[in-house]
Amino acid sequence: MAVMKHETLTVLGIESSCDDTAAAVVRLAPDGRAQILSSVVAGQTELHAAFGGVVPELAARAHAEKLDLCVETALQQAELDLRALDAIAVTAGPGLIGGVLSGVMCAKGLAAGSGLPLVGVNHLAGHALTPRLTDGLEFPHLMLLVSGGHCQFLRVDGPQDFTRLGGTIDDAPGEAFDKTARLLGLDQPGGPAVQREAASGDEKRFAFPRPLLDRPGCDMSFSGLKTALLRARDAVVTEKGGLTRQDRADLCAGFQAAVRDVLMEKTRRALAGFAGPIAAQPTLAVAGGVAANTAIRAGLETLCTDLGVRFLAPPLALCTDNAAMIAWAGIERFRMGARDDMTLSARPRWPLDERSPALLGSGKKGAKA
Amino acid sequence: MPADTPLLSTVLHSEADTARLARRVAPMLRPGDVILLEGPIGAGKSLFARALIQSLLTTPEDVPSPTFTLVQTYATPDFEIWHADLYRLGSPDEVIELGLIDAFDTGVCLIEWPDRLGEMTPENAVTLRLSHGDQPDDRQLTVFATDPRWQALAKEVQPHV
Repeated sequence: MAVMKHETLTVLGIESSCDDTAAAVVRLAPDGRAQILSSVVAGQTELHAAFGGVVPELAARAHAEKLDLCVETALQQAELDLRALDAIAVTAGPGLIGGVLSGVMCAKGLAAGSGLPLVGVNHLAGHALTPRLTDGLEFPHLMLLVSGGHCQFLRVDGPQDFTRLGGTIDDAPGEAFDKTARLLGLDQPGGPAVQREAASGDEKRFAFPRPLLDRPGCDMSFSGLKTALLRARDAVVTEKGGLTRQDRADLCAGFQAAVRDVLMEKTRRALAGFAGPIAAQPTLAVAGGVAANTAIRAGLETLCTDLGVRFLAPPLALCTDNAAMIAWAGIERFRMGARDDMTLSARPRWPLDERSPALLGSGKKGAKA
Repeated sequence: MPADTPLLSTVLHSEADTARLARRVAPMLRPGDVILLEGPIGAGKSLFARALIQSLLTTPEDVPSPTFTLVQTYATPDFEIWHADLYRLGSPDEVIELGLIDAFDTGVCLIEWPDRLGEMTPENAVTLRLSHGDQPDDRQLTVFATDPRWQALAKEVQPHV
């Protein structure tokens, strides 16, 4: 593998695979230290409440406009122009069809105009490599990626070497939080709203299931939790004619505790499978918006302390979707000699670990964009 | 739009019942079929879709919720399956951006929250409406369609539900 050690690398990252559009510039100094020169995220959170859910941007034109603006702002804030860059990294998947395609087209346009090399990045690799950007973490490490659309354990052995140890077989926890909020009439996004309510709730009042704990391995299921929550809610409504504030708080606390317990137990199993013969000081790194939930984070930290495992959570802005992680993953791939050209295609489905048996399907055709 | 008289109305008593029905419907499907899955959160829409899809896949795959990604596609030997959750769509125009209109003709589509389709609802679609029943595990299933193809299919399925 061709790793060039003593070279400054400056890479523009572009991310538009999910609900946010983002651009960032990251520089790797000759001493190996990384610096985020700029990181711009054009989010849509302010629009969410009205729809009871996150509203994705599907229109290709709107994406293109936002992307142009993000790239321009990121370069301005970094006080650089394209000529100062060494490469352009872009999320080529997985994610929303229109978004991924728009990002790839934008990056190709910039690369063609500037003559800069293009590096396609897997969005999940961006998350998985972030602890190396923020904390210079060495390989290998165990990553728990837990967000609105994802939930999986990854063993990270190299910039392009990932092993999926397990994941959700239905809903992701972030989605379960959103749906819980919907069922209880709370604001979106559901994560912060449920956490806020849960703070004054009794997590023991409702006995929610801990799905799949009876099964070996690291796979998880969160779909049944919302059914259990619905049932508990309806039982209270039938009994009292409605939900009090306290009922709602208790439901939120019970739900959150169930998610926390499942994640803790499955993390324990993943660490057992991961640590074994390998790392003297195993590290669990987390990423994704759900990792910001204080109860879940506290549970994972306690687990790691008990097991003598290092716990690492990058700052929230770098845990949720952003382009700095894409620029960084681009730098890592670039250093390994990876280059893409104008044939780089958008991959709405792109499993990180192509060896794992149960993976998302393939054969996605192109979108209208 | 669904006709007023249901083709089928029955109670499914468990998740296993819902999954069994999905697996019975699966082999009867062909390209151009559109199944609209109506019902509130937790009614079993994704459960139905997951069981149906998994029964048609030649190699097992996870069938995650499409709530976040909007669409998940699966390749089967005979056609592509599109599993969509339109809850997060802002306007029916976005159905076009998703590429669903083509998929309505060429693939088999399973659509959750199909009210978002508005005027783009295909006329030949069948509607499966799931709602909560008297018992916690019960789901009331009501099937509506105007296309005669689904009458035959409902007749086929009826004795088994």
